[in-house]
Amino acid sequence: MSILIDENSRVIVQGFTGREGTFHAAQMIEYGTSVVGGVTPGKGGQIHLERPVFNTVEEAAAETGADVSVIFVPAAFAADAIVEAALAGIALIVCISEGVPALDMVKVKNFLRTTRSRLIGPNCPGIISPGKCKVGIMPSRIHRPGRIGIVSRSGTLTYVAVDQITREELGQSTCIGIGGDPIIGTTFVEALELFREDEQTEAVVLIGEIGGSLEEQAAKTIGNGFPKPVVSFIAGQTAPPGRRMGHAGAIISGGRGTAAEKMAVLRENGVHVVENPAAIGETVKKILG
Amino acid sequence: MKIHEYQAKELFRQFGVPVPAGEMAETAEKALAAAEKLGYPCVVKAQVHAGGRGKAGGVKLARGRSEAEKHIAAILGMTLVSHQTGPEGRRVRKVLVEQGLDITRELYLAIVVDREREMPVIIASSQGGMEIETVASRHPEAIFRMHVHPATGLFPSHMRNLAFKLGLGKVQQQNFACLLSSLYKLFLETDASLVEINPLIVTAADEVLALDAKVNFDDNALYRHPGIAALRDVYEEEPLEVEASKFDLNYIRLDGTIGCMVNGAGLAMATMDIIKFYGGEPANFLDVGGATSVERVKEAFKILLADPNVRAVFVNIFGGIVRTDLVANGIVYAARGLNIQIPIVIRLVGTNEEEGMRILRESGLNFATENVLADAVRRVVELAKGA
Repeated sequence: MSILIDENSRVIVQGFTGREGTFHAAQMIEYGTSVVGGVTPGKGGQIHLERPVFNTVEEAAAETGADVSVIFVPAAFAADAIVEAALAGIALIVCISEGVPALDMVKVKNFLRTTRSRLIGPNCPGIISPGKCKVGIMPSRIHRPGRIGIVSRSGTLTYVAVDQITREELGQSTCIGIGGDPIIGTTFVEALELFREDEQTEAVVLIGEIGGSLEEQAAKTIGNGFPKPVVSFIAGQTAPPGRRMGHAGAIISGGRGTAAEKMAVLRENGVHVVENPAAIGETVKKILG
Repeated sequence: MKIHEYQAKELFRQFGVPVPAGEMAETAEKALAAAEKLGYPCVVKAQVHAGGRGKAGGVKLARGRSEAEKHIAAILGMTLVSHQTGPEGRRVRKVLVEQGLDITRELYLAIVVDREREMPVIIASSQGGMEIETVASRHPEAIFRMHVHPATGLFPSHMRNLAFKLGLGKVQQQNFACLLSSLYKLFLETDASLVEINPLIVTAADEVLALDAKVNFDDNALYRHPGIAALRDVYEEEPLEVEASKFDLNYIRLDGTIGCMVNGAGLAMATMDIIKFYGGEPANFLDVGGATSVERVKEAFKILLADPNVRAVFVNIFGGIVRTDLVANGIVYAARGLNIQIPIVIRLVGTNEEEGMRILRESGLNFATENVLADAVRRVVELAKGA
C-alpha cells in the first residue's frame, strides 16, 4: 500500500513539451512511473519522449485512461490548467508551478469542491511512493520504499528529512509536498486522514512552517485520536514577523502563525516536535524502536 | 508589495472610494502651497512604509500657515522611528497634506484572504484608530467578519449586516455600502493581499471616508498589473534586498553574524533555526532557488558579504535536481573573484556530491567542508565567534 499513487497510476503531463515538463517527465519515466502521454495545446498529434501529445486534457484522458496529471505550465496559466484537468475528470492533479496568484487559487479551490478531483500544490515538489511511482521533481535517489509517511510544506527541507529517514533504514511509504502557498489543494489534515488508513505507514513526519493555521488544524486532528506516532519540525523559529520568507505562505502576520505557537499546540496534542531539523530521522527511529 | 498612503489614496479615488482632498509633496514649498490651497485646518502626514507614524511624530494637525510651516519643516526629512521601522528608522522623503475634517466616529475596515476559509473576508470594527490586534485582544466583541464567496461576490446583505453592526445611521449606511463595494472591487481587480482603512471616519455631514489607506499587493500577481508594479518605492526597501531581487535571489537581512546561502525557502528557514539552535545568529535569509548558475552564486556571495556584520558564511545546498558540482564551481569562481577573507563552511549534499566536494578541496581556497548538518553548523558558529 501507499497513498494516492502507486504502480497502477497512469500519469499525463500538462506542459509536456516545455523545458521543465520535458526534463521532469523524462526523470519520472526513468523512475518507472507510467507516463502515458502529455498535453500541449497546438501540438496534438506529435510524439514526445516516445509518448503521444494531445491538445486537451479531455482528449488525453480519453485516449490514455490517465487518472493523474502533473502540471508544469507557467504560473500565469496554472489556474486554467488545474480547472481543465478537473473538468476532464482527472482524479489527482499535481501542480508544480510556482508563483500562482492567491486570488486565482481562491477561485480554483472553491471550484474544486464541486468536483471529485484532488489537487496537490501549487508551488510544491509533488508526490512519490518510493519504488512504485513518482509524480514531481524530487530527487528519486534519496528515497527508499518503507514505513514512514512524510507530508511537508517545503521542498528541499523535505529532501533533508527523506534523506535522514533513508539513512535510518526506515524508508518511506509516500512523501507529499503540499506546497508553500497561502491557498493549496491538499492540506495536512487531508494527508493525515489518508495516512491513517494506509497499512504501510507506521509513523508520519509532518514538516510545517510559519504562517497560516494548517499545522494547528493538523494538531487538532492528531489530538482527536490519530493511531500512529507523528514527528514534526516547524521551519521559521527565528523568522522575523511581517516578512515573507520565500514562500508566499510563510509569513507571520498580526502576531499569528509563529513557529512557537505551532510547536506548542502540536506538542499539546501528542506530537513529537523536534527543534533541530537534523534530528528528524533519529527521533522517528527512537519512537519506532 | 507595499505602497505609500498617498498612492493608495490615488487608487481609492480611481475606484470611487471616498478620501479627503489632499496632495503629496516632496519639498517644503510645494507642501506649504498645498496647505494654503486646501485651507486650514489641514494635516501633514509623513509618507513611509511603516505604521505607528502618529506616535512617532509623523502626523501633525496645522490650524494655520505658521503651524503648517513648522510641521512641514519638522516632518519632511526627519528620521521616523516607530515600532515597525526598527531602531534605525526611516527617512521621510515625502509628505501628504490633507484637509482637516469634522470627525464624529472612527471605525475600521479591511479586506484580506482568509487562508482557513479560502476566500476573502471583510473585517470591520467600531473601534477604529487603534491597532486591530489590540482591539482583537481587548474588545473581540467589537470586531465583525463577513466572508465573500468568489463565485457570488459581494451582496447588499454583506453591506447591510456590517452597517447595522457598526451602528451607522441611514444616510451613513448608504455611503458605507458604496464605499465597501468600491473597495471590494479594488481588492479583486488589483490582486491586493490586504486593503485596510484605519480609521474609516464618519463626518458630521454623514459622509464616510478613508482617513488612512493601506494596500499590499500579491507579488505573484504583479505581472498582470504593470501600473501597480511601477508604484514600488525602492527607497523604502533594504538596499541589499533590492539588489538581490534583481538577480531573482530571495534575500532578507537580519542582524546576526553568520551569512547563509541555501537552496529552497523551507531549508533556508530551517538553516537559520539550526544556527540559532547551536548558539549562533543568522545574518540573513537567502534562498538561491533551484537554477543555481555560477553567476548567481557569485551575486549571492556579493550580497551576503556586503553586510558588514557577517563574520562567517554557511553554504547549505541540498542538490536534488541542482547538481552540486556546478554549485561548487560557482563557489570557487565567486571566492576567487571576490577575494573572500572570512571563513566559509560548505555542506553540499545530493547529486554529484563527491565531485562537488573534490572541486572545493582541490581549489586551494580556505573552505571548511562538512557532510553532517549538525557538524557543519557547530563549525560555522565557532568560526563566527572566533573571528
